[in-house]
Amino acid sequence: MPNRIVSSIQNIGHRVIESVWRLGVASRFFILVLLKSGTSLRRFNLVIRELYFTGVLSLIIIVVSGLFVGMVLGLQGYETLQKYGSESAVGTLVALSLVRELGPVVAALLFASRAGSAITAEIGLMKATEQLAAMGMMAVDPIARVVAPRFWAGVISMPFLAAIFSVMGVFGGYLVTVVFIGVDEGSYWSQMQSAVDFRFDILNGFIKSCFFGVAVTAIAVFEGYDAPPTAEGVSGATTRTVVTSSLVILGLDFILTAFMFRGVS
Amino acid sequence: MTAETLIEVNDLNFSYGTRAILKGINMSMSRGQVVAIMGGSGSGKTTLLKLIGGTIQPTSGYVKFAGEVVHELNRDALFKLRRKMGMLFQFGALFTDLSVFDNVAFQMREHTNLPESMIRDLVLMKLHAVGLRGAHHLMPNELSGGMARRVALARSIALDPMLIMYDEPFTGLDPISLSVIGNLIRRLTDALGMTSIVVTHDVQESLKIVDYVYFIADGVIAAEGTPKEVRESAAPFVHQFVHGEEDGPVPFHYPAQTYKKDLNLEDTFA
Amino acid sequence: MQRTTMDLWVGLFVIIGIVALMVLSLKVGNLNVYNPSQSYVITGNFENIGGLKVRAPVKGAGVVVGRVTDIQFSTQTYDAVVKMSLDSRFTFPKDTFASILTSGLLGEQYIGLAAGGDDVMLKDGDKVMKTNSAMVLEELIGRFLFDKAAKDDSL
Repeated sequence: MPNRIVSSIQNIGHRVIESVWRLGVASRFFILVLLKSGTSLRRFNLVIRELYFTGVLSLIIIVVSGLFVGMVLGLQGYETLQKYGSESAVGTLVALSLVRELGPVVAALLFASRAGSAITAEIGLMKATEQLAAMGMMAVDPIARVVAPRFWAGVISMPFLAAIFSVMGVFGGYLVTVVFIGVDEGSYWSQMQSAVDFRFDILNGFIKSCFFGVAVTAIAVFEGYDAPPTAEGVSGATTRTVVTSSLVILGLDFILTAFMFRGVS
Repeated sequence: MTAETLIEVNDLNFSYGTRAILKGINMSMSRGQVVAIMGGSGSGKTTLLKLIGGTIQPTSGYVKFAGEVVHELNRDALFKLRRKMGMLFQFGALFTDLSVFDNVAFQMREHTNLPESMIRDLVLMKLHAVGLRGAHHLMPNELSGGMARRVALARSIALDPMLIMYDEPFTGLDPISLSVIGNLIRRLTDALGMTSIVVTHDVQESLKIVDYVYFIADGVIAAEGTPKEVRESAAPFVHQFVHGEEDGPVPFHYPAQTYKKDLNLEDTFA
Repeated sequence: MQRTTMDLWVGLFVIIGIVALMVLSLKVGNLNVYNPSQSYVITGNFENIGGLKVRAPVKGAGVVVGRVTDIQFSTQTYDAVVKMSLDSRFTFPKDTFASILTSGLLGEQYIGLAAGGDDVMLKDGDKVMKTNSAMVLEELIGRFLFDKAAKDDSL
């Protein structure tokens, strides 16, 4: 019996050491990517190519989800607010929830599962089929040539995608409440405009989405580069990308929100 | 051997942790030679290639390439050195997101400032050498295994290297593609005046084209010689390998405890 | 995929993204009405600010002209010192009346500015002398009950 207790404690210790070690490897890799970003920024064509895969191909899911999230927000907000006779405040509700939280967070979650997983799978497969090793043997650094452009493409597209998500959401809310239900159009926009502040709401939302972009893409490229070069290895890494980035997004969101809105009681 | 030695491997040791992979390897290869490194699976042949390419560091000993000790070079010098090397990976390792043309042009675009028209001519020349000039517009997933390897060969000679290393170039090919690749290795080596190292376990095909053979077993060089010497060798290991016998110095069974003990036949009486 | 089509799509993507950011800033966030870079700050002392919060709007005739930037409790006068940052395009006379109002029955509280007739305008760092506290529901109900009791007594 004591043996089993000792071994389970050992197990915990082993896991902690393992994850701390992995975190260290990941941070070192992240710094390496930043240091070797020169090539991809000088040859911006490499980044443009990846922007197509991470940004343009994520557009549809972002637009559709944003529209629906906004419509649901409008519907639910109206249902609740009309009980208190302040259904004209529905614009405020939709816009504030989107700009502050849902836009950056949901767009980042979608981005992680759409683009993050694709980045991991692509880099993992390139590793498994020895393409990265071949590149290294051709005296081309795979971190500079393969990883860094994908990283920067992700970092650039995330804020745009979050903004598009929020705009689509505000439009979806407008569609449901103003066009279908018949809330006064003027009060929808004016209430929204008087409540949403540029610096506190929109700028902070923008900053949040930048953080999320860095986090998700960094996780995605690391998992891909670190994946065991087998079929299971790559599929496991892809799953880990989605799970880890989702958790990191939500955790980071809490921390950032606590910092940004601390001054607001 | 001839005076112009390109690669010198001196008392090379390498181990993963405590597990020794290579134990005191000595080799010498000169310009214009095709050298085969043979050995059973897991005998450390690929590790040897990685040591020559400088992707891993030896535990002791050194590899000298064109007069420079590979593992003592810093990153920039090593990358400069690798431009003089080409490597053909087992399944070609073509970049799947680039066309055949762009694959071959990859190194020229990365390492030179040649105008696009000149790159085009060079790429078509390289592809012509492997007989695939007509396939330049295809994507790698449209190629057969043999064709992919020929494209990879064209890609590895893109910058006219002094050395090409082939990692199992014959694996999984039909007899026709196999002799095509074999003859290409010989022809290109002679035409470009480079050195080729072929890591393989395809004895018959490689003995046809190489100048010299090293056998590696258990991390040491078990035998070496010209193809003629090897064919006629009476050494038990070489004989087993060349003639593909099941049992011999390389045992059929992985080291294990006795059969009886594994099946618990002894324990019942203990 | 051809390089040029890819470039086209990426270009479109970036343009859509920038337009989205601009829509958020101008249409949703109303950046054009309230630009914090050109503003002046005035203060006002209120006996009771109720539920007024930092960043609450400051309105003149219902139009947002600024925001509350700071709320402090003064231990000298035992009332609340509210700092307001106003857009410098909107100036108000010195005898402007600032009152804490509520939008709708349960809406957010804001500061309403009712312009007076003075010739001298409020400058940066000035103090609004005439203020009106927030209506606190408990006090209202209390006063209502007190009035009712008083009426009942008089009958």
